[in-house]
Amino acid sequence: MRIAFASGKGGTGKTTVAVNLAVSAVRVGLGTAYVDCDVEEPNGHIYLKPEKGLSLPVAVEVPEIDELLCTVCGECGKICEFHSIAVLGDRVMVFPELCHGCGGCFLVCPVDAMKRSNRPVGRVETGVSKIDPCGKDQTAPDGDGEISFVQGILKVKEAMPLPVIREVKKHIPDRDIVIVDCPPGNSCPMVESVRGADRVILVTEPTPFGLNDLEIALQTVREMNIPVDVILNRCDPDSRLPEEAFAGKGFEVIARIPESREIAEINSRGGLASIESPEFARTMDRLLEEILRTAGEAPR
Amino acid sequence: MKELVVISGKGGTGKTSIAASLIKLSGGVVSADCDVDAANLYLVVKHKVRRATPFRGGKKAVIDQALCTSCGKCAELCRFDAIDNIDNTFRIDKFACEGCGVCAYFCPERAITLLEEDGGEWFLSDTDSGPMVHARLTPGGENSGKLVTIVRNEAKRVAAGRGIGTVIVDGAPGIGCPVIASITGADAVLVVVEPTLSGMHDMKRAMELAGYFGVKIMLAVNRCDINEDIAAEIIEYAAGNGIHLAGRVRYDPDVTRAQINGMSVVEYSDGPAASDIRRLWKAVVDELDLEV
Repeated sequence: MRIAFASGKGGTGKTTVAVNLAVSAVRVGLGTAYVDCDVEEPNGHIYLKPEKGLSLPVAVEVPEIDELLCTVCGECGKICEFHSIAVLGDRVMVFPELCHGCGGCFLVCPVDAMKRSNRPVGRVETGVSKIDPCGKDQTAPDGDGEISFVQGILKVKEAMPLPVIREVKKHIPDRDIVIVDCPPGNSCPMVESVRGADRVILVTEPTPFGLNDLEIALQTVREMNIPVDVILNRCDPDSRLPEEAFAGKGFEVIARIPESREIAEINSRGGLASIESPEFARTMDRLLEEILRTAGEAPR
Repeated sequence: MKELVVISGKGGTGKTSIAASLIKLSGGVVSADCDVDAANLYLVVKHKVRRATPFRGGKKAVIDQALCTSCGKCAELCRFDAIDNIDNTFRIDKFACEGCGVCAYFCPERAITLLEEDGGEWFLSDTDSGPMVHARLTPGGENSGKLVTIVRNEAKRVAAGRGIGTVIVDGAPGIGCPVIASITGADAVLVVVEPTLSGMHDMKRAMELAGYFGVKIMLAVNRCDINEDIAAEIIEYAAGNGIHLAGRVRYDPDVTRAQINGMSVVEYSDGPAASDIRRLWKAVVDELDLEV
């Protein structure tokens, strides 16, 4: 089962829920993977502290012009939809940072003047996070305490996260539960990260910004025909929108997490609240139960 | 004209709350919301939309089933895994299609065409603090960088036309295409960080990006009292890298209360966050020598 955690708005607690839910899953003995698709700003490693496994470069296949062979016929410039090839008078110029790697130019060049070159745009890393899911005073009943870990890292200065996200998804291991941590926003990186998930859980906070971005995210995920649920994080009756603001929008709130200075402090130093706070652990355990209980349900 | 862009790396550190307050304190600037796929500035800056303009989005391939012979050439050539073959019926997965057009070019039956999608729209609005340019990307849309560039260019055009010397831009989280489109050629970025290990990790990547594009970097530590040790580490990092610390803003529930009331925190409250942001604004004005 692959579950994607997305949000629309940034900083609502996607990573907090994703890493701590992974701990709960290990606690009940599920084979668990955590996959960080927020390749612009991956943060899961800060909490799960994985022992490093593979580190693989991600490259986009971009063209280089062999000027000895090129007849400047202009076919490559015509097929390129991304303005990455410009045919200027007697020469062809390539702007590799705009290239999506579709390969069209290689196919249309009649004289084989397009040479294949790899432009590194990031890395995919795998590893294993070894944790004691029950904390110091208890012992894990079933779980082996291992979370399989995969993350993508976009190289700073690179504009396009999609090739890295696609490569991360190729390295998703086969586990009972795969938790995908998605980038914020509602544009193509979020879409590619949730694509292929069995279920999307949108984490938001009961604020006008949270609600506004949640509605855009819901529209996006529904159009993709993926079942979707909502978690409200940092609930506080005193300084947040009332729950009614979220009613009647056609989704179910499957967990409510109260505003807590203690949890904020644990998160700030990269701690796992699901190990350090018994109350937070119960919230995550209940969330996991709810996810497992409804796993067989028809799409909402 | 000077252009200041508020960014963060990590999402949810308070970019929009701080940007809205700076816009209010300025008395009159041109403001722009470049977080086009999760735009929030308009929720806390009272405005009246004067003009809405459609944005032409990316292209997507469409197969005409009446012409398709199910030869499979398109699926074979697609590098984005965007063509599904279900029982020998080929369909485009529009959520995977990047609009490269390779399938359309090579389809022997000419059964595939590229169609332009509705990309969203952008707006020019009036506010009490000067004109505001903002946008709405179609949910799940592409080309957010292109829409950001339109919003920024329009903001600068309006500023030049009306003789306004300062543009304040609310940026997107992350370091990818919308952020690059927001900061290239700007005069300065104000990086809003929260004192957490995640916040610091993401801030460093955002600063590296701004440094690469040669944009002056200033720092604001938001909710600075959440973790004093990490706040100190962040400030030390900034000092060691020649980054100007423009201010520290204390945690204050009035920030959310202001948002619920549809206004910036400096309008709503005289609490700790509002007074810290007032000091932050003075520091930014002095450091950039802004005309306000």
